[in-house]
Amino acid sequence: MSLRSAWCGNIEKNMNDSVANSPARSKPNFSDVHLRKRYRAELRFKSYGIAAIAAALAMLAILLSSIVSTGLSAFFQTEIALDVQLDRSVLDPSDTADSEFLAKANYRKLVRDALRAEFPEVSSRRDTRDLAKIVSSGADFTLRRFVADNLELIGTTQTLWFKSSADIDQLNKGAILRDVPENDRRVSDNQIAWFDALAEADRTRTSFNSTFLTSGDSREPEQAGVLGAIVGSALTLLVTLVLSFPVGVMAAVYLQEFAPKNRWTDLIEVNINNLAAVPSIVFGLLGLAVFLNFFGLPRSAPIVGGFVLALMTLPTVIIAARAALSSVPPSIREAALGVGASPLQTVSHHVLPLAMPGILTGTIIGMARALGETAPLLMIGMVAFIVDIPSGFTDPATALPVQVYLWADAPERAFVERTSAAIIVLLAFLVLMNLAAVLLRRKFERRW
Amino acid sequence: MKGTAKMSEPAGAEAAQTATAAPSTKVRASGVNVHYGDKQALFDVSLDVHENRVTALIGPSGCGKSTFLRCVNRMNDTIPICRVDGLIEIDGQDIYAPEIDVVQLRARIGMVFQKPNPFPKSIYENIAYGPRIHGMARGKADLDEVVESSLRRAGLWEEVKDRLAEPGTGLSGGQQQRLCIARAIAVNPDVILMDEPCSALDPIATARIEELMDELRRNYTIVIVTHSMQQAARVSQRTAFFHLGYLVESGATEMIFTNPEDERTQDYITGRFG
Repeated sequence: MSLRSAWCGNIEKNMNDSVANSPARSKPNFSDVHLRKRYRAELRFKSYGIAAIAAALAMLAILLSSIVSTGLSAFFQTEIALDVQLDRSVLDPSDTADSEFLAKANYRKLVRDALRAEFPEVSSRRDTRDLAKIVSSGADFTLRRFVADNLELIGTTQTLWFKSSADIDQLNKGAILRDVPENDRRVSDNQIAWFDALAEADRTRTSFNSTFLTSGDSREPEQAGVLGAIVGSALTLLVTLVLSFPVGVMAAVYLQEFAPKNRWTDLIEVNINNLAAVPSIVFGLLGLAVFLNFFGLPRSAPIVGGFVLALMTLPTVIIAARAALSSVPPSIREAALGVGASPLQTVSHHVLPLAMPGILTGTIIGMARALGETAPLLMIGMVAFIVDIPSGFTDPATALPVQVYLWADAPERAFVERTSAAIIVLLAFLVLMNLAAVLLRRKFERRW
Repeated sequence: MKGTAKMSEPAGAEAAQTATAAPSTKVRASGVNVHYGDKQALFDVSLDVHENRVTALIGPSGCGKSTFLRCVNRMNDTIPICRVDGLIEIDGQDIYAPEIDVVQLRARIGMVFQKPNPFPKSIYENIAYGPRIHGMARGKADLDEVVESSLRRAGLWEEVKDRLAEPGTGLSGGQQQRLCIARAIAVNPDVILMDEPCSALDPIATARIEELMDELRRNYTIVIVTHSMQQAARVSQRTAFFHLGYLVESGATEMIFTNPEDERTQDYITGRFG
């Protein structure tokens, strides 16, 4: 006797004889309760997904906003206007207009004189020193450059804008608090009074801090910039790219297309995958031992940094390239072989162009990781205090993440905002690189 | 056919062999055994393929027809676990001899696959690629001429002559397959192998390609693997029936279809199995 269930009556119409006569075969559960359970489960799953995305976006927003809020102020610099008397007797008594002679003139005196002219009541030695400290020590060089460019103005009085000292700058930005007792403060009460007086008289302003992007590192925060680090990073990454891209792609092509599949190639593949996970500081130690100690390459140079980072990026490039190559459908290879193309022609004319988008994406990901790596560069000495902008691959240099690390350690208050600003520059670089990756992918993308 | 000689002379194009002349053997297989690892796919297959004829290989799925076809242009070499034993000769030359250059061999044999696979390049580039890499054209004008004549012979010229720069993958299925045929004949092969070329196409496209095969056989030797017995009966002059890796019977198409010798052949063509 067949057991026919009573529910879902209209499905019974589709049962044929053989099914009806066999022992009971259950039908799917079409009840309302079951349906609602499924809908609820799907809704729950979707909400988990949305919650995960929301959490990730929230963390990203918090990260970005904290960095930007701290670092944005570093792109602005407080300046003080002073009437400087370009005294001929100090600058060029014999009227020679000799640039070497002019370079050695006592500009500091002129700046101090201008300051004292603003506040003639200042007399004691200590107060005078205090007063001089509200202007940046680089004011001398600013004045020297101005005079060198405007020789005809010697003998006149000019109103010039000078960078304030870092502490005054921080005071103006509110980072140094006024209501703290004087002994705990970096700026004295006098300095605050003088600065406020200047502000009252409209002799202060905040302008864009171009020094940050045009000069190298410095002990004085108001004269410090990231250009040295930017150039150092760029040179290092160039070496990394030139080394890791061709070697990585060719290794991947050989391993994927030509190498026989035996135990040796399996071993190589396992090792490459492992290398991709090795901590980067190990590559730094390797660079120290091999490149610096054994080969004697110059310390702190972009070329050594490039070698070390290339070793680190190589496994990433190889893995990405192999994945891209294996994603090319075998029908393309068969078509090329069928026409009489050699294996090398097949790979270079057909497979490689189709795999390019994937290879480029993997390379850019590797480059972006290399840009942000600090540990291996610290090991090979790129942690030194480099003031000059490097001009070649063998000049000592520093890199952006290392610069961030150095400034994070610096005691001056003004370096706090500059650390965050350097991070903003680093992030801007990363965004640019990813943009380049997207554009290159689109250019190479083909439909098949 | 020497492996080291230059491969650029046209072969068979001038041979005005009519259907009535006694056909010579272009491809001869003797005692071919093929193993995929431990599993044997072909058992002692011996077959003669005649020049300027269409030879059809028929049989149920998995009987080894495609395997045999791929042995002729050594495409099975790309499969590491595949082992081919026995003798296959083209124009009397053993193609598995060690001094044979596989790449040049494949330039003498064209292949059209089941699923159309044009290169993801322009239509012009698809056809021009083969002649270019084999040094068959002396300049752009030469190449243009080769492209045009190949497309004309494949019956595709009128449809694509205004859009040669467009990607080959943008054509319809039937057009893509004709493009693949044009690509195969552009290098002027001696033999054209077709592995179920019409199985992915609609009946009208199929009919056009069958017409094409009839025209092509005047200049080329064609071997076609097909699932459709009607197609084999329509286009081929000789037919070979494969079953479970054995070549059961081969002979003139009319004989196979009207008066087969083997019972298995009879069962297959009457639809008892496969």
